[in-house]
Amino acid sequence: MITNKVFPWLDERLGLKTIYKTILDRNVPKVNWWFTLGSATLFLFVLQVVTGIMLTVYYVPSPSTAYDSIQYIMNDVTMGWLIRGIHHWGATLMVITVFIHMLRVFYYGAYKYPRELTWVTGVLLLLFTLGMGFTGYLLPWDQKAYWATTVGTSIAGSVPLIGDFIMRVLRGGSDLSGVTLARFFSAHIWMFPILIMGLIGVHLYLVIRLGISSVPAKTD
Amino acid sequence: MAEPRGISRRAFTTRAMAFVGTIIGTVVGIPIIGYLVSPAVKASTTETWIPLGALSKYPVGTPTQSNFTLTQVNGWEKTVNSYSVYVLRGSNDSVEVLSNVCTHLGCRVTWHTKADEYICPCHDGRFSPTGKVISGPPPHPLTTYETKLDNGNLFIHVLES
Ligand code: HEM
Ligand code: FES
Repeated sequence: MITNKVFPWLDERLGLKTIYKTILDRNVPKVNWWFTLGSATLFLFVLQVVTGIMLTVYYVPSPSTAYDSIQYIMNDVTMGWLIRGIHHWGATLMVITVFIHMLRVFYYGAYKYPRELTWVTGVLLLLFTLGMGFTGYLLPWDQKAYWATTVGTSIAGSVPLIGDFIMRVLRGGSDLSGVTLARFFSAHIWMFPILIMGLIGVHLYLVIRLGISSVPAKTD
Repeated sequence: MAEPRGISRRAFTTRAMAFVGTIIGTVVGIPIIGYLVSPAVKASTTETWIPLGALSKYPVGTPTQSNFTLTQVNGWEKTVNSYSVYVLRGSNDSVEVLSNVCTHLGCRVTWHTKADEYICPCHDGRFSPTGKVISGPPPHPLTTYETKLDNGNLFIHVLES
């Protein structure tokens, strides 16, 4: 029933087979395991989105509640430790996989014509992924988070001329406060994820449109 | 590589992916359900004995107000609620402790010595010294607490859910 009637009906209108063929049934050269790191990163990103959305169910980003709400997630909520644990370790792992993915692209020269834009969107993805790590680190609002962000934002402050301005923008004032926590939260759950999702779209469109480069031969 | 028996490399990969995908989906999906319903399932109940001081300080025969606070924990939030009860001490250590919450719609009743009644300000519900309904809309008598005496000190049993 599903396969005889419903699927062909839907396929005729939606072009499901074509989508499947274009995205998953592409021709690829003979590659190796290093070529799986982009997909691994994509998988981790999806996992971060799912567990991150779950965390916002209980996490409340204000100086008086941030720490306590995380303690609640860790100690009282069923499987809260697991959800937070996946999000915590997934974040670290994702930075590692993006980075090795970039190294593989670099060493294989896969950034060359016609894939320059794939590389450029990739660089932005790397930066925004690091941005996710930086903004997420503050959210527990414990000593480590507070001082790491104090240090991190004052590093931005060391830029010549406009450094102090950048630091104030990041902190939302001259010191770390509830204002900083709120804007980091906003960047962490809205701004960076939306940018990353859009860029992943462009990145993968280019990967599919241009095809994957092959492992360079000795003579290349 | 020769294809071993019926299954092709492609079919094998498809099945392996479906299998691993199901496992990952389950490992993440089931905890998420538990995670989301958690506060509903773990409805915390407070169950304590609250000390109301020496019984001897309460006059015999006159309902006397006594106050205490109880901290309620909702997730990461602690709320301190104040409660009032009426202690009615009888002769030879008998005692009755009544809640001041009106059984009609939950306003707080007060003891009026002249009228010899508890009067609810909301819809003029009236209760006798032992909490029986005298007049007005309240459907039940005032709630009583379980009591115990320890070394002359009065305790009431509080159950909150
Ligand atoms: C959120 C981060 C990222 C995701 C989800 C992602 C995803 C992917 C995926 C799935 C592929 C297919 C091939 C493969 O996996 O090796 C790919 C290819 C590619 N990526 Fe990324 N990527 C990310 C970050 C980056 C970064 C940081 C760079 C470099 C600065 C980059 C540059 C490229 C290039 C040039 C290709 C084409 C490689 C080729 O055709 O052989 N990507 N990406
Ligand atoms: S609430 Fe007390 S009489 Fe209505």
